[in-house]
Amino acid sequence: MRFPSPLLASILALVLLCGVLPCRADDAALSTGLANLKSSSFQTKTGAISEIAESGAARAHPILDALMAGLLYVRQADETFLIAADDTAEATMSNALTGEPVAEIDRDNLKKIGINNQMRGSLTVALARLSLRGPNAGARKLAVESLYTSLNDETLTLLRDALAEEHDNGVRAALRIALALADLEAPDVEKRRAAIAVLATSMNSEVRNRLLAHGAKNDDGTALETDPALLQETALALEHIDRMRKVYGLVETLFFGLSLGFVLVLAATGLAITFGVMGVINMAHGELMMLGAYATWLVQQAMPKHLELSLFAAIPVAFLVSALAGIAIERGVVRFLYGRPLETLLATFGVSLILQQAVRSIFSPLNRAVATPDWMSGQLVLNGALAITYNRLYIIVFSIAVFLALVAILRWTTLGLQVRAVAQNRAMARAMGVRAGWVDAMTFGLGSGVAGLAGVALSQLTNVGPNLGQSHIVDSFMVVVFGGVGNLWGTLVAGLSLGIANKFLEPFAGAVLAKIAVLVFIILFIQRRPRGLFPQRGRAADA
Amino acid sequence: MSALERFRNQYPVADLVVLGILGLLVVVVPVLNLMTAVDSAFHMSTFTVTVLGKYLCYAMLALAVDLVWGYCGILSLGHGAFFALGGYAMGMYLMRQIGDRGVYGNPLLPDFMVFLNWKELPWYWWGFSHFPFAMLMVVLVPGLLALVFGWFAFRSRVTGVYLSIITQALTYALLLAFFRNEMGFGGNNGLTDYKELLGFNLQADTTRVALFVITAAFLALAYLGCRAVTNSRFGRIVVAIRDAEDRTRFLGYRVENFKLWIFVASAVVAGVAGALYVPQIGIINPGEFAPLASIELVIWVAIGGRSTLYGALAGSALVNYAKTQFTSVMPEAWLFVLGAMFVFGTLFLPYGIVGVGRREAK
Repeated sequence: MRFPSPLLASILALVLLCGVLPCRADDAALSTGLANLKSSSFQTKTGAISEIAESGAARAHPILDALMAGLLYVRQADETFLIAADDTAEATMSNALTGEPVAEIDRDNLKKIGINNQMRGSLTVALARLSLRGPNAGARKLAVESLYTSLNDETLTLLRDALAEEHDNGVRAALRIALALADLEAPDVEKRRAAIAVLATSMNSEVRNRLLAHGAKNDDGTALETDPALLQETALALEHIDRMRKVYGLVETLFFGLSLGFVLVLAATGLAITFGVMGVINMAHGELMMLGAYATWLVQQAMPKHLELSLFAAIPVAFLVSALAGIAIERGVVRFLYGRPLETLLATFGVSLILQQAVRSIFSPLNRAVATPDWMSGQLVLNGALAITYNRLYIIVFSIAVFLALVAILRWTTLGLQVRAVAQNRAMARAMGVRAGWVDAMTFGLGSGVAGLAGVALSQLTNVGPNLGQSHIVDSFMVVVFGGVGNLWGTLVAGLSLGIANKFLEPFAGAVLAKIAVLVFIILFIQRRPRGLFPQRGRAADA
Repeated sequence: MSALERFRNQYPVADLVVLGILGLLVVVVPVLNLMTAVDSAFHMSTFTVTVLGKYLCYAMLALAVDLVWGYCGILSLGHGAFFALGGYAMGMYLMRQIGDRGVYGNPLLPDFMVFLNWKELPWYWWGFSHFPFAMLMVVLVPGLLALVFGWFAFRSRVTGVYLSIITQALTYALLLAFFRNEMGFGGNNGLTDYKELLGFNLQADTTRVALFVITAAFLALAYLGCRAVTNSRFGRIVVAIRDAEDRTRFLGYRVENFKLWIFVASAVVAGVAGALYVPQIGIINPGEFAPLASIELVIWVAIGGRSTLYGALAGSALVNYAKTQFTSVMPEAWLFVLGAMFVFGTLFLPYGIVGVGRREAK
């Protein structure tokens, strides 16, 4: 290893030294534990688990995790412990004690450390204990919830101790529920009553199952719960839980609808600008989104070391790529066809075919995998019944930001003023000195650039392939037509309501029928209001 | 004035050319296919006959589009739907003709229904074993859909781009619906494996040639019918609507009725074209509903030259011939060529290839 400067190297060495020295004593306990793990007796191995857990070493947790998952190996030659990344034959290995990757692995020389059910039990407790002391509140809460199914005297003591020291409200609630689950079997009626009251507040499915079992009648009419009043309360608690779960289910559907809606809005706002402001049907809009998605992929390929940041870098790149393509389309094709909307439709459709085939020829017809950065994957678990995926959450935020930025540009910038002027009365705007041709190109570029931004968002949701644009263009048009031409707020309302309607119909009708229903609705709606939800008023509207 | 002169006054020379070419095909194709030896240099393979038959069906579809777009200014991006519906009606008849010769040998149910474990024929399949009923449906189903759709759309004055987009939504919705297995139209695979039509084996050369001749005859009939419409008083009002809808309305004409009837007539022509297409190609599947297919056929008309009728035929023949050649020789170039046709056609050929040299009217 080479360091850029001797100073940096010495600082690093100092830091390492300080980090390692105090751990010496813990490491000794850890090594003893590990040595015992090699034993063939499960008794000794079970003992080894608590030795490792009690060692207090930083590596104890990952080692036990690996043991639980069956990924802990020992190399026969030098008795080094290794952790596999996954259970495939090509999995990469790292040293269990240091966490450093091990390059050369002689797989025939490896022996897996096996566990039995008894060990699994003590592992659960040991891991929970380690997690309960962890610094991350979310991880502590998960650890408590993982114990719901394995409550015994040992774990209960652990949980009671944890409750005494815990400060985080979420973790405290989870701890109380765990204790209440245990109290459900208490002989004391009042204790059981209190437990049921606590459990009624939980959305965890394990809690619901326990309450169901607790109140369920056997064939002879008796239940686990012997007190009739408490039996009633159990039923009420279950009813409450089910009602709340339904509410959270609705909230979740609403969230899915919103996220779909915002994707639609993002895809349609660019179209709304070119279609609404300029009266130009840009059938290549979907392909401009596709270009944005491919730009995202290219940016990721260019900076593989900085995956986390690549999306931020992709945003301006995708905007510029699509905007330039849009300006080229406007200057090359569309500007000869103003006032003939049906012809622009056909010509831009031709452009879309060319772009599609170009991408297919250059990048191959196969889909490209755009990686999702860590901060976008995973989900935000609010409770047992409601979890929100981060990628959809961020895309909603992104859509709102893009939308507001567009509204601001049209409202407060000189370009926006000129765009609106040209849209309302081209001849008058020209007479006032506005360069209509330049404004047209810029408007088209702006709309296309937004399509590129939509492409960045879509690259995180769907496959990036040559057909990406085609599959979104019909939907985008529906949104624009539904919302009313020339009105960004109409597009917002239309996109959100179509997205939400789609997601609420899906559970009853299935995805395809829901989509058909929405299409039929729009067809009928257009009959009633031929100019959409928010029609443009005034003289310009009929021009 | 002789009969020929009267005809010449009513129809442009191009119409005679069109009818002449169709007449020539009707004579030459059967002779080359059936009456020449297989190894002869003049022999025309049955495959070629089928491809030519396909072109004629497409030409008829283009005719239908030209009638509404060229003459009435209604840019329908969903005409493929009417074509496909006519095709499905014919396909359903052909499926019922298979009888117990399917893979599962069920005398009542088509194979895909047996596969889905259905016990009885859905009600909308009733009657399709009778040829006259099926032919009635070929006309009625697209016609009724156009009637209902058009009645709503034209009455509420949905025009221009909005109309184009909702026709696209219409065909897209039908595409999604027909992809569903539960619809009872064979889902993704559509209807195929036909055996015979009215007792004639569909694989036989004579049947193929006869279908070709029938298609040519129907195309000629449809052409003359469309020409009669465009030459009539009705046709002139339709053109007036295309050029100035509001003025026509102010003159006291019920614009929506004229648009509706021309739309329905066009849908029926498209449906018949679909019905002729299916027995020759041997399959109908939801792909025919794809919005892309419907837009593509608009470009046939645009390239050929709209509001001429014969331009639509020329355009469809040219583009489809180019498509056959390109997709077999260099498939990856076809979309480039098609895309370029869209762009250059609209930019430089406002009157299509039949209008090359014609001056801009305005």
